[in-house]
Amino acid sequence: MNPRLRFVLRRLALTVPVLLVMSVFIFLIIRLVPGDPVRTMLGFRATPASVAQVRGQLHLDDPLWQQYRDWITGVLHGSFGQDFVSKAPLSELLAQRIPVTLELTLLAMLLAVAAGVPLGVRAAVGGRWARRLTEGFVVFGISVPDFWLGIMLVLLFAGTMTWLPPSGYVAFTADPGGNLQYMILPVLTLAVAETAYIIRTTRGSMLGVMGRPFITYLRAKGTPERSIVYGHALRNAAAPIATVVGIQFGVLLGGAIVVETLFALPGVGRLIVTAINQRNYPVVQAGLFVVATLFILVSLLTDLVVGFIDPRVSDKGQS
Amino acid sequence: MSATTGSVVRRSRSAVAALPRSARAGALILLALAVVAVLAPLLAPHDPNAIDSARVLGAPDLAHPFGSDALGRDVLSRTIYAFRTSLSIVFGAVAVASVVALPLGTLAGYFGGWVDQVISRPLDMLLVLPALLLAISLIAIVGPGSLVAALAIALIYLPILARVQRASSLVVSQAGFVEGGRARGWSSFAVLRRHVVPNALGPLLVQAAILAGFAVQIEAALSFLGLGTQPPTASLGLMLSDGRDVLTQAPWVEIFPGLAIALIVLAFNLLGDGLRRHLDPQGVVS
Amino acid sequence: MSGAVLELDDLTVRIPVGGGRWVEAVGGVTLAVGASEIVGLVGESGCGKSTLGGAVMGLLPVGSRVGGQVLLRGYDLRGLGEEGYRKIRGDDIALVSQDPSASLDPTYPVGAQVAEAIRNHRDVSRRTARERAVDLLRLVGIPDPRARYADPPHRFSGGMKQRVVIAAALANDPAVLIADEPTTALDVTIQAQILHLLRDLTVRTGTGVLLITHDLGVVAQVCDRVAVMYAGQVVEQGTVREVFARPLHPYTRALLDSQPAAHHRSGDLPVIPGRVPDLTDPPAGCRFAQRCAQAHDRCATAPPEVRTASGGRVACWLHPAPATAEETR
Repeated sequence: MNPRLRFVLRRLALTVPVLLVMSVFIFLIIRLVPGDPVRTMLGFRATPASVAQVRGQLHLDDPLWQQYRDWITGVLHGSFGQDFVSKAPLSELLAQRIPVTLELTLLAMLLAVAAGVPLGVRAAVGGRWARRLTEGFVVFGISVPDFWLGIMLVLLFAGTMTWLPPSGYVAFTADPGGNLQYMILPVLTLAVAETAYIIRTTRGSMLGVMGRPFITYLRAKGTPERSIVYGHALRNAAAPIATVVGIQFGVLLGGAIVVETLFALPGVGRLIVTAINQRNYPVVQAGLFVVATLFILVSLLTDLVVGFIDPRVSDKGQS
Repeated sequence: MSATTGSVVRRSRSAVAALPRSARAGALILLALAVVAVLAPLLAPHDPNAIDSARVLGAPDLAHPFGSDALGRDVLSRTIYAFRTSLSIVFGAVAVASVVALPLGTLAGYFGGWVDQVISRPLDMLLVLPALLLAISLIAIVGPGSLVAALAIALIYLPILARVQRASSLVVSQAGFVEGGRARGWSSFAVLRRHVVPNALGPLLVQAAILAGFAVQIEAALSFLGLGTQPPTASLGLMLSDGRDVLTQAPWVEIFPGLAIALIVLAFNLLGDGLRRHLDPQGVVS
Repeated sequence: MSGAVLELDDLTVRIPVGGGRWVEAVGGVTLAVGASEIVGLVGESGCGKSTLGGAVMGLLPVGSRVGGQVLLRGYDLRGLGEEGYRKIRGDDIALVSQDPSASLDPTYPVGAQVAEAIRNHRDVSRRTARERAVDLLRLVGIPDPRARYADPPHRFSGGMKQRVVIAAALANDPAVLIADEPTTALDVTIQAQILHLLRDLTVRTGTGVLLITHDLGVVAQVCDRVAVMYAGQVVEQGTVREVFARPLHPYTRALLDSQPAAHHRSGDLPVIPGRVPDLTDPPAGCRFAQRCAQAHDRCATAPPEVRTASGGRVACWLHPAPATAEETR
């Protein structure tokens, strides 16, 4: 069998137990709540009758394994149950909100990579000023809390560029221009810290590669320096960068939660936070499950990409 | 355990003295912040919770260098107390995580085999969710609060610290003098105590320092979302949340706590990176 | 000197080692390589032979100072700037290094790395370069070159990788090839193959080869002439036959004596006592004097290099300039 194919299959196979464990963990959340979760959920509306009713609805008195089985089969069919407050199917709610979060995180990551990689390369091979400036930016980007940065950006632009709204959202399909308007500040906010990490990683990786013997040999072949840096060195440096991108996506998802809250974007992150404050456990569960699945899938994707970039990874006996 | 702590303390002290300038700066800043946090009641010019309707949204002046917030409370005093809250949560969380990670990682790295599997697999499960999400899940179960936030942070960083300690122990365990100890008939426990732990401790400290920086940001994020420290306790994240409401009228309420956070994170990062050279020459910490 | 593709005239290389100190890695070397000729440059590690190769290629550590002349087909290379050097590297002078794994980009197909050497210097289409690369791979003995063109380096054995490196080096018919320990990292069984491949190809293309090695056996196998280097200086040079049969310099003799093959299991291998001098402060006289069994008073001053009867050169007071012979320094 083609070793590449084998690598892909193996990596896919590894994802399954991870998804399983994650689903169990999230499933257990509502069951781990101290006391009676339903009572907490209903709050002041809790009467023995209503509690019993909701417990029945949520099948909380069934055997644990049965609950899990029912829940997981439901999930696999795309059904997350109902929002017990509004009675709307959760899957609809999630379907509306996932694209928002995805748009936010993907745009932020794209921006960070597009800006961070070239800057990182310059930081590694460029002159003194290139290095100093990127150093400063990296320190700034890593230390400053991203949501504070977002607030500062709002402060900055509220006075001057009033066409950048501090909150709100409209779907891309409905109004592309408006959508981008609303997304600029949130994406920028998330992207700054991310760019700093990518610059740092790229610089470190590039420095490591530029010191290797094959670079000297490329010069001995008369290869132009530009070709060496961007053609050969970058490709060799790419694997760690891609790995970091994958890991950082998880961080971005976390950051998206805060940024969505900050800019009042109707994404999954904000949904989770609101639901926690409302003790709306089914929503919390569904939201966490979705986000975690996203994270795992992106990790898988990055591993596959890394495997393709660096043929040694996929050819070896393990991933 | 005096031999263990003695060597680490000694090495840390000499490491601090020989640090690159940047790391020493980081250490000093942290020390200053720690002093501020501990001595908060003495240093804060005003009562952080004192509401003063006459000074609502007051601009910064000599008496109130950081200005006043929506309830007339002195921002500087609140920031000082908030340092205390945030730093104690962070120190507590990272300390707990380190203390638990130390034996787990050491055993996993030293013995390998099934011991490693039994320890590492469950810990790796925790890495299945991104950090903030894991913290949020925990808080979803138990409810918001400072203690929960600290525990959540400890939980997030436990697997990372354990992994570093494991890798570090692995490297040290293969060194000659460990073999020598075993050959002389020492029990595993003795070998671990006298040789492995003191020498493998370095990277753990480096990683802990770096993670502490991020912990501050996570704690701030959690408090900002209302999931961490609850009012009226001052926390940097909470102050950032409050500051939003009065952003255009009184930006100083928002600016200073944010800068404070950046300062702490910077200090921890400087310290961690600087310690790296002495305590983690082999680059166990990525 | 006509016919010489590479001439080194009193070449010195000084390398900064920090703290204002310098190492004189190469201390006045005069050497020539002719077309289709393989000249071995032999000596212990640290004698400066690799640095000499680096000086010819223009690949020395930053801050190094080069004195004397390096003439490529009569043209002095020392006037070249970075871009000038880039143009001739891989085109007029080429390099084959010790470890082929370290020479090749691990993420790039081997064929493409050969094609790259071509396209660095010739304005040809991708396809033309690819075809030529396939031909070159076949020439160096890679089986099924068209199929293996796209393979990454780690799918090849060490010997095969070195063949690829040689293919890339000879792609543009260079005038001079610097081969720095080309077989040291390879299996003994493969070494002979690679050496002979090198010889066959360079004879064909008319390339002059400077074969840098510490292994006298390698020199014996493929070299026409040999230069013996010690502490940054060439102490003796001549045809391989002459130098091996009648070594004139005590160091050369000691080197030959210390070869395991020269002894029949009896007795210990002779060891040259003493150590190589510190080159941050090279001795004024003969650099080998401290370790030489035949050193005498005259050795306190540097011996001049004289022509030998057989057409070689030696720098040793045991062979002073005969009254009729010319001094070459």
